Parts: sequence; structure tokens; C-alpha cells
Amino acid sequence: MHIVICIKQVPDSAQIRVHPVTNTIMRQGVPTIINPYDLFALEEALKLRGAHGGEVTVLTMGPPMAEDALRKALTYGADRAVLLTDRCFAGSDTLATSFALSRAIVRIAETFGAPDIVFAGKQTIDGDTAQVGPGIAKRLGLLQFTYVAKIDSIDVDAREITVKRRSEGGTQMLKSRLPCLITMLEGTNEIRRGSLDDAMRAARSQIVKWSAAEAGIEDLNKCGLRGSPTVVKRVFAPTTKAEKATQIDMTDKTQHDLADELIAAIFTRQPALEHELAFDGGQ
Amino acid sequence: MSNANREAPPSAGRAGIKRELPEHFRDYRHVWVFIELERGEVHPVSFELLGEGRKLADKLGIQLAGIVLGPPCEATQHAVAEAFAYGADLVYLVEAPLLADYRNEPFTKAMTDLVNTHKPEILLLGATTLGRDLAGSVATTLLTGLTADCTELDVDVDGSLAATRPTFGGSLLCTIYTLNYRPQMATVRPRVMAMPPRTDKPVGRVIRHKLSMTEEEIITKVLGFNLDRQSAKANLAYADIVVAGGLGLGSAENLQLVKNLARAIGAEYGCSRPLVQKGWMPADRQVGQTGKTIRPKLYIAAGISGAIQHRVGVEGADLIVAINTDPNAPIFEFAHLGIVTDAIRFLPALTEAFTRRLSPHSHDKLAS
Ligand SMILES: Cc1cc2nc3c(=O)[nH]c(=O)nc-3n(C[C@H](O)[C@H](O)[C@H](O)COP(=O)(O)OP(=O)(O)OC[C@H]3O[C@@H](n4cnc5c(N)ncnc54)[C@H](O)[C@@H]3O)c2cc1C
Ligand SMILES: Cc1cc2nc3c(=O)[nH]c(=O)nc-3n(C[C@H](O)[C@H](O)[C@H](O)COP(=O)(O)OP(=O)(O)OC[C@H]3O[C@@H](n4cnc5c(N)ncnc54)[C@H](O)[C@@H]3O)c2cc1C
Repeated sequence: MHIVICIKQVPDSAQIRVHPVTNTIMRQGVPTIINPYDLFALEEALKLRGAHGGEVTVLTMGPPMAEDALRKALTYGADRAVLLTDRCFAGSDTLATSFALSRAIVRIAETFGAPDIVFAGKQTIDGDTAQVGPGIAKRLGLLQFTYVAKIDSIDVDAREITVKRRSEGGTQMLKSRLPCLITMLEGTNEIRRGSLDDAMRAARSQIVKWSAAEAGIEDLNKCGLRGSPTVVKRVFAPTTKAEKATQIDMTDKTQHDLADELIAAIFTRQPALEHELAFDGGQ
Repeated sequence: MSNANREAPPSAGRAGIKRELPEHFRDYRHVWVFIELERGEVHPVSFELLGEGRKLADKLGIQLAGIVLGPPCEATQHAVAEAFAYGADLVYLVEAPLLADYRNEPFTKAMTDLVNTHKPEILLLGATTLGRDLAGSVATTLLTGLTADCTELDVDVDGSLAATRPTFGGSLLCTIYTLNYRPQMATVRPRVMAMPPRTDKPVGRVIRHKLSMTEEEIITKVLGFNLDRQSAKANLAYADIVVAGGLGLGSAENLQLVKNLARAIGAEYGCSRPLVQKGWMPADRQVGQTGKTIRPKLYIAAGISGAIQHRVGVEGADLIVAINTDPNAPIFEFAHLGIVTDAIRFLPALTEAFTRRLSPHSHDKLAS
């Protein structure tokens, strides 16, 4: 079984500044991590390899320093890492990102064998769109299962898979076919601690690095800013509310007096609430 | 790569500059809202979007359409009727048995066929598990822009959709445009927009469209559906009253004080993100940017500092009450009523005072 898992390197904190002139994000100096949601997918991939055999290839698109995220993934036990890096990818929105990643996956299939499953995280903590997974699936014509809580069974020979997928009011049980793309829900598992062997292997491993051309991408109009239909026009701070909270005066009051006074203030401002509460509340 | 990429100075001819809309997109008109119908029920986010869609359509002087995809049944007809009641001028309807349960393949097909036939200018979907799954596929099929989790939608002077969403960690907002492609697509999370008033209206123009797909062509089959247990289901987003606790409560045990108050006044309870990370509360109780957006009539926050990521999720509440020991806590910047006191002592007093006041026998007690 060949599993490809897409990971993204993201800044570790929300301490990101925006360039005052270009309105673009400056993340210099901010430490980076593997997008936390991707670790659930990575662990699932490693578990499936354990059960069915085969290989796990991690893929990221990013600047040269995204290599750090790939090395980390190797220490967890991934077999191979591919870094897609090229200046022409700069400024990609989700459509351009999923285009580039899907081409790289085609290249991975040609070079290392066709994947049975492509994994992605539910979403990232920076762009936070959850759009790249469905984008890759559509580009590659893969069946798509987002928000997967559990992979119930896989029959590699029969090419069958059954999954539990989160939906708004419950869980859907779906039966489908390989190959497919899966985005894993958070909290489905916990990333293993890589073995010492994995760590040593990771340190020795060569990371496959592809430029756009090496990944077989010819149409540069579909990459980066040029391939992105969305445009960020303005970045700004939210306006702050002028009025501050009215403080309940504390002087010489017991907690009971305070509670009564707060309730009175609440009902003065929201008279309808008292009525509603008298009927619904208090059970 | 994205951030790194968006980081690069925008190359000439891109960000901010409106090129001519290509000829083949010029006849794209009208605002569409996807009416999310799952297991017989319309997700309320669809009505919230109709409210926003109405404003956009009025500003642009165009029509607002509801998109209903569902099996031939009463629930689907009801969804059509509700779309009109919440402001749609017309409804596009694809009715087919294979749309009974949500599956990506037939829903993407139905939606993209509709778009290609009837050409909307703007297409809005709820950022739910269903909406996000569908929106990503549809936008990629149509090769158009999709802005995620918008907190504000507006129309620019030149008629483009200005979609505003939080950036990294929520401390800044950004406005995103899809200038040269159509439709302009956006998703919005439940409860971010206000629920518009419902008015009884007769069902208007319904344009039916056939689904050109058969069950044999759909590879994915639905084996079953497990409804969430009622007890496990936190209906935070749509609760009228929410009581939430934060790190200031100090321990998992003290969260009982929040639950007690919630129970006494018939409220839902929630928490700030660190409590979920500590495992003190399940993830579906988290309030804020990466949790639930709430719009209750009353929100009581105990021991919560009021970080921006928390704030954006609760600002829509009618009345915000903050209990915090620090008079300079940021939550007092946007709360309406504040009490500077120890929540661990105050919550039991408040619970008791509410119970006393609301108990049907309170008058007897006072009399005795
Ligand atoms: C503030 C801000 C707002 C943005 N808003 C939008 C928007 O509304 N619409 C839009 O189209 N673009 C938007 N973008 C651009 C978008 O963030 C990038 O295109 C990014 O490359 C991918 O989107 P994401 O981070 O949201 O990924 P998601 O779609 O949330 O990621 C899902 C999964 O896809 C995989 N994945 C994502 N990126 C990569 C990668 N580079 N390499 C390998 N795997 C990856 C991972 O498995 C990840 O868990 C925004 C960017 C910024 C900075
Ligand atoms: C990308 C990102 C997304 C995030 N999303 C969310 C989100 O969705 N929701 C969310 O809530 N947070 C979110 N956060 C986290 C957010 O930034 C804050 O860290 C978090 O909200 C703080 O939680 P808190 O107020 O409980 O804790 P703290 O900030 O530690 O505040 C505790 C407060 O309790 C007060 N206090 C202490 N003792 C008492 C007492 N005895 N009685 C009364 N008050 C007391 C203190 O004065 C303090 O104000 C996110 C962060 C990031 C980076």
C-alpha cells in the first residue's frame, strides 16, 4: 500500500506581523511546526502501513525551510519526503496550492508508485480554509472523504474502504473505493513518538526536492499569484468598541448582594429574559 | 506554501488591481445561497446566509436565489418554502432520490451543473462539515475563488464581493476578492451572521433542474447514519443563554460551578480553548474563533480574559456579563456588565440568587 500525506509547515504562534505597505504576512523569526491537524493524518497513515504494509510518502509545498517539517515527519516514521519548492508558487491561494500539490502527487505516482490513499489534515491553523484537501481530490479525480473520524476497514485487494465521517448531527458510515483522499478529524489518535531508528534514518535521508519543472508542471499560469483567483486586498485590525463594561460596584457588598444586583442589572437590560427564564429555567 | 507566498510582495498586475472581467463571465448575475438540507432539516446557517444575500442582492439591484438539492419528499418542499420565507426571490431546485443523503459526488455534480447553466455572480455556502466539503469541490471544478469563513460580506464600489475574514489567529482581518472569475464564492460559519426575520410568503418561482447522474455512477454508498446522542450534543451555537468558564476557574472540578449555574437557568455551558486543550472539557464546548460562534441573548463568562480569538466568537451576544478578578482584563473592553470578583466564590452565589428569584415558590418563601 502506498500512502501520500500532505503536510504544511505553519508558524507556531499567532505572533505574526503584517507588512504595513504590502499588506502581506511577515513570518520571519516565528518558529514553525507541522500543522497540528496533519499529525492526526500522519499517525493514521503510519497505522495503516503497520496493518497493511507498504510505504508512506510525505509531501509539502513550501519554501526551502519547509524541509524541517519533512525531517520531523521522517522521525515519526515516514519512509520518504518530497519538497515541492519554487519561487513560482509564491502567493498561491487554495486553488493554486491544490493544483501544484496534485501535479506533485501525479509525479510521485510515476516515480514511486500510485498512491492508494492521499491524506490531508482537516484544515491548517494559519490559512484555516479546509479547502486544499477537496481541491486535490477534485484535481486528481479521487473520491473524497473529509472529517473522517475513523477508518473502519480497508481491503487493499478488493480496493474497498469503509469510513465513519463526521456530519453536523451525527456520523455517516460510507463505503467506497480506493484510491481516495481522506482528511482526518482531530483527536482521532495521537502521533507516536518516533523510534531511535527512525530518528537516525531521518537524519540520513535525502529529501526529494522538486521545482515546478521537475514536478512536471508546465503551465505556470496555474501557479502562485497568477494561478490564484482570490486576491487579498486589505489587511486591518478590528475596530475596538468605544464603550467599556459597566462595573457593578463592589463596595461593602456580600457575594449575595452582588449576585442580586447583577441579576437586577441583567433583567433591566434584557426584560424579556426574566419572563422566559421563569418559564424555561430553574428545572 | 501560501503564507510564505502571500508574503512575497504582490507581483505587478495582481493584488488590488481590477482587470477587465473576461467576456464569458459578464453575463453572470444574481446571488445564490445554498440551502443546506440534511436528513430532512435545513441548517439554520442557510437562513442567516439568505439574510446576508438579501443585502448584497439589494445593493447590486439583482435577485436572490435559494439552491435546494434534495430527494423528492416533503422536507425538500418545506426547504423551498422556507427559502422564500427568509427572503429568496426564486429557488433553483434539483430533486432526485440520489440526493437523499449527502455525498460529495452527486451534490458537486448538481451544484456545478446549476452554476454552469444559470450563472450566478455570487455563491454563498455555510461553513459546516457539509458546506465546506461541497464548496471546495465546487470551486475547484469551476476553477474559481473561494473565501473561507467570512465574518463580513459587502459589495465594493465596482460591484465586486468584498469578503472579510480573520487572518492568523484572528488578531487581524483581511478582505479578499475574486476579481476575474465567477461565481465569487464564500463560506460563512453558523451564527456569525444574524438570523433575518421570517415572513410567511407564498412560494414564488421555482426553477427545476434535472440531475444527470444515476446511482450506478456514484461509487460511494451510505451504509448508515448514527445520530449524535442528545446528551453528548452541545447545542451551543443556537442556545439563548450560555455560561462559560476559563482558565481563571483554576481546576477541572471548579467547572462544576459553571455547569450548576447553567442548569439553574436553563443555559448551555461552554469554555475557552485552553480548557479543551487541558482535557477539562470536550472540543464541542469551545467558544471562539476555532470553536463555536454564539449569539445568545445572555452570555456569562467566568474567569475568561477575553482574548481576540474568544471575543470574535461571542461578540454577537445581546448581553455579555464578565466575571474576572482583574479589573484590566480585556474582556471588560467588550462586555456590557462586569464584576471584578473571584468567580469561584461568586458563581455559587449567583446560582443561588437566580434559583431564588426564578423559583415559582419564591414569593411564598418571601412571605413566610
Ligand atoms: C490570512 C489568509 C487568508 C487566506 N484566505 C484564503 C481564502 O479565503 N481562500 C483561499 O483560496 N486562500 C486563502 N488563503 C491562501 C491559503 O492559505 C493558501 O493557499 C494555503 O496554501 C493553503 O490553504 P490553507 O492553509 O487554508 O490549507 P487548508 O485547506 O486548511 O489545508 C488542509 C490540508 O491541506 C494540506 N495542505 C495545505 N497546504 C499545503 C501545503 N502547502 N503543502 C502540503 N500540504 C498542504 C494539509 O494536509 C492541510 O492540513 C489565505 C491565506 C492567508 C494568509
Ligand atoms: C489560532 C488560535 C485560535 C484560538 N482560538 C480560540 C478560541 O476559539 N476560543 C478561545 O477561547 N481561545 C482561542 N484561542 C486562545 C486565546 O488566544 C486565549 O489564549 C484563550 O482564550 C485564553 O483563555 P482564558 O481566557 O480561559 O485564559 P487566560 O487568558 O489565562 O485568562 C484567565 C482569566 O481568568 C482571570 N481569573 C483568574 N482567577 C480568577 C478567579 N478566581 N475568578 C475570576 N477570574 C479569574 C484572570 O484575570 C484572566 O483574565 C486561540 C488562539 C490561537 C492562537
